[in-house]
Amino acid sequence: MTTAVYELGHLDALEAESVHVFREVAAEFERPVLLFSGGKDSIVMLHLAEKAFWPARIPFPVMHVDTGHNFPEVLEYRDRRVAEMGVQLVIASVQESIDSGRVREQRGPRASRNPLQTVTLLDAIEKYGFDAAFGGARRDEEKARAKERVFSFRDEFGQWDPKNQRPELWSLYNGRHARGEHIRVFPLSNWTELDIWQYIGRERIPLPSIYFAHRRTLVARDGMLLWPCAHLPLLDGEQTLEATVRYRTVGDVTCTGAVESTASTVEDIVAEVAATRLTERGATRADDRASEAAMEDRKREGYF
Amino acid sequence: MEMLRFATAGSVDDGKSTLIGRLLYDTKSIFTDQLEAVERTSAQRGDEYTNLALLTDGLRAEREQGITIDVAYRYFATPRRKFIVADTPGHIQYTRNMVTGASTANAALILVDARKGLLEQSRRHAFLASLLRVPHLVLCVNKMDLVDYDQGVFDAIAAEFRNFASKLDIGDLTVIPMSALAGDNVVSRSVNMPWYEGTSLLHHLEELHIASDRNLIDVRFPVQYVIRPYSGSHLDYRGYAGQVAGGVLKPGDDVVVLPSGLPSRIHSIETKDGPVAEAFPPMSVTVRLEDEIDISRGDMICRPHNQPSVSQDVEAMVCWMHDDPMRPGGKYAIKHTTRSARALVKELRYRLDVNTLHRDEEAATLGLNEIGRLRLRVTAPLFTDPYRVNRTTGSFILVDEATNATVGAGMIL
Repeated sequence: MTTAVYELGHLDALEAESVHVFREVAAEFERPVLLFSGGKDSIVMLHLAEKAFWPARIPFPVMHVDTGHNFPEVLEYRDRRVAEMGVQLVIASVQESIDSGRVREQRGPRASRNPLQTVTLLDAIEKYGFDAAFGGARRDEEKARAKERVFSFRDEFGQWDPKNQRPELWSLYNGRHARGEHIRVFPLSNWTELDIWQYIGRERIPLPSIYFAHRRTLVARDGMLLWPCAHLPLLDGEQTLEATVRYRTVGDVTCTGAVESTASTVEDIVAEVAATRLTERGATRADDRASEAAMEDRKREGYF
Repeated sequence: MEMLRFATAGSVDDGKSTLIGRLLYDTKSIFTDQLEAVERTSAQRGDEYTNLALLTDGLRAEREQGITIDVAYRYFATPRRKFIVADTPGHIQYTRNMVTGASTANAALILVDARKGLLEQSRRHAFLASLLRVPHLVLCVNKMDLVDYDQGVFDAIAAEFRNFASKLDIGDLTVIPMSALAGDNVVSRSVNMPWYEGTSLLHHLEELHIASDRNLIDVRFPVQYVIRPYSGSHLDYRGYAGQVAGGVLKPGDDVVVLPSGLPSRIHSIETKDGPVAEAFPPMSVTVRLEDEIDISRGDMICRPHNQPSVSQDVEAMVCWMHDDPMRPGGKYAIKHTTRSARALVKELRYRLDVNTLHRDEEAATLGLNEIGRLRLRVTAPLFTDPYRVNRTTGSFILVDEATNATVGAGMIL
């Protein structure tokens, strides 16, 4: 008789947990949607959703909250991936929210559409009647997120109430909600940045090219390396520089910074992530620098 | 690399945040920008030292009040294991948070201050860990530097705790003398306590044998979702998706499906990456059977001669989690594995004092953070095992049908 070893590695255990969450939502909700930014976390999320329902197609659409300020490589990736998988893509456009007067564009050189996304997102959830929205947020990203549930209840205003969250025990998720309310679901809650990269490597998941080292013209602003383009004009006295960089996160081009790196393969990135001394949001996101509780405040209003 | 989840219980005074900070710092899991933010905030508040609690107490209300309110999850890894820490508050008014953190934990760390010895809350934490069947318990006798690393002090606390723990159902207990602040026995063995022959805390957590914590004997597969692609090459495909809750499933195994009791055999166990020869907890897989029988979400696949209890009557220990108290006669939604139904509280048999373990049989209600033994009548049969045999098929939650709040957490007897 052989003695089998019934051990599951950490990536397999995380995958099993995420797949369980996807299936739970598909079984209990009427209109779920997967929020897809083209960033690595939402790419991993989509990959896990595909596994959860195979050989059937993913039984819900994918939604991109589009600020209009995209990296072209990311849009190209989004359209290709969605076509391959045969899932429906819904685009919620911040530009349309601006044009219809739902939100007002910020002015000034440091204007960002990042906060406007919340209104566009909530309007789309209401318009399409989505009752569950999968997000790729991880608890290791940020301290407010460290306290959030896998099933995170939102009231009819889309608000998160951190002091009044439902206890979440075992793997029993409470998705009950009234009409007009919804649940944000975070299948990657227990993944870290390193887990994500290790998994991308193991599963050979393709990514937009900007995640890997490349030469780029950039401008140094507020301690970050930003990409000057039509949406991010240079300020007086600013000069561009050339550098070999990669992106650790992908968001709106006006607030997503690049990091200097020569990592050109997933293996290089895993090694770099394991050795890095800065969090990914701290290194690359201007939107989190507003205050100590910037993320908590935005999440209260209905942000991702 | 295996993953280990542990819960920590204790208050700031016990050095819990310092201990977690030390584990994160020494495993290089705290980032420079996080540390700088904490140092900045500490300085602004006038703290005398860098308050590592600010790393985990992320909510505005927590920072304002200087307390941990909710469970914070932290992550770190060593070359041997990935760790998930559920950092839970220690005060009695947050019992529900500790219960939540302990529900998924492989191990629980209880901190005591060597100068103070066991307190009421240390006993409460040990009781909650045993109630939630956390398989491994570690008593961290902290602040040994403040008692001159005295073996006598440590031995007395360890003996008192072992004596108390023997009355509880605790599988595996380890007691470690340490100083989180000075780093003694946290990551590496201390030179200050040559009399201590055990390992450091981190080494202990890395070596802890957790494979046997799961139930690998009793096959339990709650059907979560039925996969029917209705397309091209998979026109007749019908697979039962779910997460294995117990036992080891193999193709060719004879099974029965509850509640119908219909027999079949496992045709194959599938994933997108290909078929698997064996499925065990906590794998998420898709099971295909040889016979076409009517199966839906909430059904359970098990072995013919090893079935769970099938009953509408449930006896359980319940931790109440809401301001509105539980009253006998109350009706709640119940969620057990993948099955949802309604439950009526027939009787509160007793309320347990979590500090003294005294049973109050006269109690009429269960308030927030209180624990009691209930008898429930459920609208549909549940397929259950005692919680001590299987934490997945032995647990449930109660939900208020009007507010949709999760109000109770139950462990089946």
